[in-house]
Amino acid sequence: MPQKVFAPWEDQDEKPLIRFRDVTKRFGDFTAIDQINLDIYAKEFFALLGPSGCGKTTLMRMLAGFETPTEGVIELAGQDIAPVPPNQRAVNMMFQSYALFPHLSVWENIAFGLKREKKDKGTIETRVSEMLKLTRLEKFARRKPHQISGGQRQRVALARSLAKAPKLLLLDEPLGALDRKLREETQFELMDIQEKTGTTFVIVTHDQEEAMTVASRVAVMDEGKLMQVATPDRIYEAPSSVYVADFIGDVNIIEGKAHQTGDRLQVDWAEGQPALSAKTTDDYSLGQTCYLAIRPEKVAISAERPTGANVLQGEVLDIAYLGNISTYHVKLPTGHVIKAQQANTRRIARRPFTWEDKVWISWSETAAVVLNQ
Amino acid sequence: MKRLSTFNVVSLTLGFAFLYLPMVILVVYSFNESKLVTVWAGFSTKWYGELMRNQAFLDAALVTLQVAVITSTLATILGTCAAYVLVRIHRFPGRTLFSGMIYAPLVMPDVILGLSLLLLFIGVGVDRGVLTIVLAHTTFAMCYVSVVVSSRLVAFDQSVEEAALDLGATPWETFRLVTLPIIAPAVISGWLLAFTLSLDDLVIASFAAGPSSTTLPMKIFSAVRLGVSPEINALSTIMIGLVTVGVISASLVSKRAAIQRAKEERAAERT
Amino acid sequence: MRRLIVIAIPYLWLLALFLIPFVIVVKISLSDVALARPPYFPQWDWSAGWQGIRDFFAELDFENFIFLTSDDLYWKAYLSSAKIALISTFLTLLVGFPIAYGMARAPEHWRPTLMMLVILPFWTSFLIRVYSWMGILSQGGLLNSLLLSIGLISEPLTILNTDTAVYIGIVYTYLPFMILPVYAALEKLDGSLLEAAEDLGCSRLSAFWLVTVPLSRAGVVAGCFLVFIPAIGEFVIPSLLGGSETLMIGKVLYEEFFSNRDWPVASAVAVVLLLILVVPIVLFQRNQQKQAEAEA
Repeated sequence: MPQKVFAPWEDQDEKPLIRFRDVTKRFGDFTAIDQINLDIYAKEFFALLGPSGCGKTTLMRMLAGFETPTEGVIELAGQDIAPVPPNQRAVNMMFQSYALFPHLSVWENIAFGLKREKKDKGTIETRVSEMLKLTRLEKFARRKPHQISGGQRQRVALARSLAKAPKLLLLDEPLGALDRKLREETQFELMDIQEKTGTTFVIVTHDQEEAMTVASRVAVMDEGKLMQVATPDRIYEAPSSVYVADFIGDVNIIEGKAHQTGDRLQVDWAEGQPALSAKTTDDYSLGQTCYLAIRPEKVAISAERPTGANVLQGEVLDIAYLGNISTYHVKLPTGHVIKAQQANTRRIARRPFTWEDKVWISWSETAAVVLNQ
Repeated sequence: MKRLSTFNVVSLTLGFAFLYLPMVILVVYSFNESKLVTVWAGFSTKWYGELMRNQAFLDAALVTLQVAVITSTLATILGTCAAYVLVRIHRFPGRTLFSGMIYAPLVMPDVILGLSLLLLFIGVGVDRGVLTIVLAHTTFAMCYVSVVVSSRLVAFDQSVEEAALDLGATPWETFRLVTLPIIAPAVISGWLLAFTLSLDDLVIASFAAGPSSTTLPMKIFSAVRLGVSPEINALSTIMIGLVTVGVISASLVSKRAAIQRAKEERAAERT
Repeated sequence: MRRLIVIAIPYLWLLALFLIPFVIVVKISLSDVALARPPYFPQWDWSAGWQGIRDFFAELDFENFIFLTSDDLYWKAYLSSAKIALISTFLTLLVGFPIAYGMARAPEHWRPTLMMLVILPFWTSFLIRVYSWMGILSQGGLLNSLLLSIGLISEPLTILNTDTAVYIGIVYTYLPFMILPVYAALEKLDGSLLEAAEDLGCSRLSAFWLVTVPLSRAGVVAGCFLVFIPAIGEFVIPSLLGGSETLMIGKVLYEEFFSNRDWPVASAVAVVLLLILVVPIVLFQRNQQKQAEAEA
């Protein structure tokens, strides 16, 4: 029997763990969160992604109880959490700065929350050892935070926030302070721990790769609004707006007007050029402005004119060699610059193209996403 | 860093000579046999002996120490509260007045503070003595404590306090278990500062003291008004000596701690 | 509830022992001197009720302030305090800047020690530091005997009990207040800025004028206020080092109160002194705020 795919957000009967209903947060004149509606389900690994100042941290701090919504309601397991102070919420947070208590040892840091619950000594010791084991920190239990490395501190912060077995764990840029290599390793560790403990994770990050790697669903935010909430592959392959398409990964955006409608949309995009065609399920009226979003890796580049739907000729303006792939910036006669990517599958690349070469670029009808905003 | 130019060396040498020479002279002449300042009549510790037999000075020293210990303790408690209120509680009625009252005594001339407190004590009708000196000293010392403590409160990462709340600590537990241990060094320096200020103060004590309670600075002042006295030199030497030992050992301890910490941090990054 | 207590305790303390006393000073400054205990009039007459309060306020007037302007002792004392404070502030800057500059240029591992050397005098008794100059500056003091012995002068100079001694005393005791903010500003100064200036064709001296001086301005201004504000109201230094003709308002106030027992005039002197100080204090606050904003 095939394993059921984890997708509670598609199940009508599933009750969300967290529900934001028309939540707005204003600081003076500044609107940090603008009428947000969002459901997060139990056992999800949910990522809030956006540039700094987009409101993602405010959203998280409202869950932790450090901010209260100006308008709207936040429910945790069906209960309005507004009247519950942060120290009584079944929600724990891992801080961006880790916020380890500098005067307490690793062991005491992890035990801090358990001691506040007035648990008996034995229970606390068992639980702390469990956490130390989970985060592979057994050797460092007696050390103070300044006596361990950055990566170890990050794991202490995680262990401390998981120790009380919260219903919901909030992670504020948990990997931001780590270097790239350690960050990648830690991402998988986080996913592993999330699965083992079955805790719902909400992570705030500005790193799109991180969000895509760890999350079951990603919410892209901008200026206090949710731009799109979907699984990582949907976000990438089917962005709902130019903003999302542009924010996640590299993309070519071509603006045009619908010329022939239907499921195979024809788009006029430049004077004297043949219309571009793209498949879409959305309805467009004649002459409506629309945008074609095409990922560079879906644009083919060739010396000979290929057959197919969207074929354009241009001149190589720039080449960025990235090792595994190369990106060609191709300038069209209209002035548009289109990025095309090619994998460097052979060693010692016979670079077929160089600067100022005339080349053909093309993409299939299904490669482009048609967007209306 | 580039090497020091001649100008730098000269200005540092002259500057520190200016700062320290008068005190060095004071110390040297406290061991002078002669009563005259300019004549060196040989080494002697007789002025220390005289000092020890001077009951009035010993009494004054006792009063001063009493006042300083009580003052600095009270001022530390009040000043720490005040700092916490200033830094962490952003909205309450009369906040501007409160912060004004914290900063004003720092810049207000001693004569005005002393005069106003004396007029209050007379108005209320309390007998002036150790109690009134303590009240007066605590009032201005707490402001200094609060400035020292609040600079530490501002500097440390506030998310540490949020983390404690997040882990279920009450606000009081957060203060006791997290904030206080972190600001402890500042609280201790605040106490020491209040102690020195109280020990040092002449003007406010002169206003607040009654006829029966004379502090050491008051005693010294009335003695030196009449001119230089070797006994006062001896007393000054003792006070300078105590402060020097205190400050140097405190800075050595903190320096050693800092070195130790840096070493541990470097070791930690290698693991 | 706990929060209320935390606010209330220091708040009430300061209200009772700082604000109310000051209100009393203002009140007495508007009263008349009287041969009584306490030696001023009017007194609150609680028994007369509302009428008593009305009578009380009717008796208050600005007579003492008018008296301050008519007797030239007072305005001369204010002026001379301001003059002495201003000159000593300038002298302190002159002495303090090169020291702070030398400290900022010193090798990094020396700086904590130099810093400690500047702070150490601050912890020792102010009174003793002022006193230490009495033996040096007096007629038969060390400075005179040194100058006489090397033949620079033939007769002892009178320095103690003059304004010169007051200047020396203020510069000496307030020097750390000047050095610390100036040093803090200079130390933050990025050495590569000077190199950039020299690279762009400045001589070392013009680099100093065009880069170091403007960038240390906030520290210099802060240091000047930290010396000027307390120097104006200084009492100990003019009493011990100054002469009978050294007029400083702190000393006048002290004597008015203890020797003449004229409480209303002493209070008026205090109120005016405070009003004079408000200007530099506000300017100082603004300087600090600007600096804090620049760093944020």
